[in-house]
Amino acid sequence: MKQSVNRLAVAGCLLAGSLAVHADMVVKIGFAGPLTGPIAHVGKDEQFGTQLALDDANARGVTLGGQKVKFELLAEDDQADPRTATTVAQRLADAGVKGVVGHVTSGASIPASRIYEQSGIPAITPSSTSPKLTQQKFRTTYRVIANDLQQGAAMARFATEVLKAKRIAVIDDRTAYGQGLADALVDSLKKLGTPPVGREFTNDKATDFAAILTKLKAAQPDAIFYGGMDAQGAPLLKQMKQLGIGAKYLGGDGACTAEMIKIAGAAMSTDVYCTQAGIPMDKMPGGKDFNERFKKRFGVPVQLYAPYSYDAATALIEAMKAANSAEPAKYLPQLQKVSFKGVTGNVAFDASGDSREGGVTLYQFANGKWEARP
Amino acid sequence: METLLQQTVNGLVVGSVYALVALGYTMVYGILGLINFAHGDILMVGALVALEAIRLLQLHAPGLGLIPTLLAGLSVSVLVCMLLGYTIERTAYRRLRNAPRLAPLITAIGVSFLLQTIAMIIWGRNYHTFPQLVSTTPLEPVAGVFITPVQIAILVVSAVLMVALVLLVNKTRLGRAMRATAENHKVASLMGVDTNKIIAATFVIGSGLAAVAGVMFSSNYGIAHYAMGFMPGLKAFTAAVLGGIGNLGGAMLGGLVLGLVESIGAGYIEDLSFGFLNSSYQDIFAFLILGIVLIFRPTGLLGERVADRA
Repeated sequence: MKQSVNRLAVAGCLLAGSLAVHADMVVKIGFAGPLTGPIAHVGKDEQFGTQLALDDANARGVTLGGQKVKFELLAEDDQADPRTATTVAQRLADAGVKGVVGHVTSGASIPASRIYEQSGIPAITPSSTSPKLTQQKFRTTYRVIANDLQQGAAMARFATEVLKAKRIAVIDDRTAYGQGLADALVDSLKKLGTPPVGREFTNDKATDFAAILTKLKAAQPDAIFYGGMDAQGAPLLKQMKQLGIGAKYLGGDGACTAEMIKIAGAAMSTDVYCTQAGIPMDKMPGGKDFNERFKKRFGVPVQLYAPYSYDAATALIEAMKAANSAEPAKYLPQLQKVSFKGVTGNVAFDASGDSREGGVTLYQFANGKWEARP
Repeated sequence: METLLQQTVNGLVVGSVYALVALGYTMVYGILGLINFAHGDILMVGALVALEAIRLLQLHAPGLGLIPTLLAGLSVSVLVCMLLGYTIERTAYRRLRNAPRLAPLITAIGVSFLLQTIAMIIWGRNYHTFPQLVSTTPLEPVAGVFITPVQIAILVVSAVLMVALVLLVNKTRLGRAMRATAENHKVASLMGVDTNKIIAATFVIGSGLAAVAGVMFSSNYGIAHYAMGFMPGLKAFTAAVLGGIGNLGGAMLGGLVLGLVESIGAGYIEDLSFGFLNSSYQDIFAFLILGIVLIFRPTGLLGERVADRA
């Protein structure tokens, strides 16, 4: 009798145990980005965006393979540092996450992507724009934001269609970023039938651009594009004014900064434009609603890329649903085919894992700040 | 033609800053046979100290007017740099006066790193906006050439300082003592010249010139940064070698030639090489000229006038 009671108890325990597992199978989703340091606010923003996506999925209820699933976020701090990023990536892989949203910066995403590739864990970055990331041709690397090449192509369209520029000169700083952006712009300009009227080069430590600007001046450009950072872009803009060049100034996201406005000072005018990957909140289809829910949940407004991290997390969940499994090996093929209407727009990936839509926004300097152009 | 004239003006402006910095290199080399690699960083300290002084003045004495504020900031920065130059010589180089040549050279590189790191700790890694107190709005173009008041100021100030330095070295007691020390330390000291004092004076004067160059550089470009001294320092060193290191006239000529070569090189290299080379070779072009000059004149354009210090 005693024995049978014991047996019954054991059976009961087993049953309860299996029921508990049955009730909510936990699927861990990793997030990695800078949660400390100078850009911690950007990392935290994306972490919150990911959290919100998982909360929403849990509230809706997701069933995979007949089991109800509970998504849990495992956030790690990579300090936007390449070395820390690999350590953090390994930690996430060891913790058995089924997918990763991250990393935030290209410098961290690129080294970390190798770890995820080796562990077979899909990783979707919400904000790394370096073309190098997807050029590695990893099966597991995806991004939901436009890369720098898409940005260069978008600038070519803006310059010719919106700004009606016909004679465009191009300068870059010969860094991977600046050159990539400028080359993509030049390619697109050629395709649009307005090849650049001048192409000059400098470096990322230069301060004097008078010589190359004087040379470009002779080509009478109506717009000059600079592929590079604000620290060089601002003096370049000043020197354009000093040399009496009235052309419009176009920059990439490296010049789309508060720093640019500060350093260039009086040289800033409504003739200064820049592009940035991503689209502003009020232009996103689900932007307004997202912003309100985000504020309510976390008590802070959206900083920057939270909607993109939300869509990245949702893409992972959508692929899991399509494969009816949270196992990376099973749902990875579905991630490639994912297509849904996210907060930021249509989310779908091309063969290399880049965003198919790749939204880019043109900003114009006006009223002392960068204002998004419709 | 307009373009060529504009490039010449561009080159002269850049070149006169190079020349001013090159004088510091060449003076120290002439007297000690030491290449003071920390010299470019003194330019950086000069610019950042002036920036700080001008900010304070604008905060506490806003009614001072633009030019007096700039001059006050400049004076503070020149004094600080002179003191810095003296301190560096006294602490880092004097003990190594009789050491093998390589030791002070490595020390100089060390001092350069030290200055940059200290500046990074004080002023951070960000680029600072340098207040442009002399107007940077171009004047009415003459023959299609645009020039700004600050660029004219750079040309005038450099010319005046260079003439003053030549007069100092050739016409004064201090100058004679400097020339004697350059010729031969030991003999000069036997003749009653306090060589330690003369060498210190050389560092003080060179550092003062670097401070002026730093303020002019930042006034023209409107930025200041902890690593800004590296490129002008390297270029000025090149200019000093091009003109003949140890030779004051050579440093000035070298600076101007280098500025012109860079500017005109960047402007015409593509046409000259039939599109094979482009402006990313701007710096290489300058060093190519240096190489060619040194092949045919190993002692630089004006030659090394310093006596052989065997």
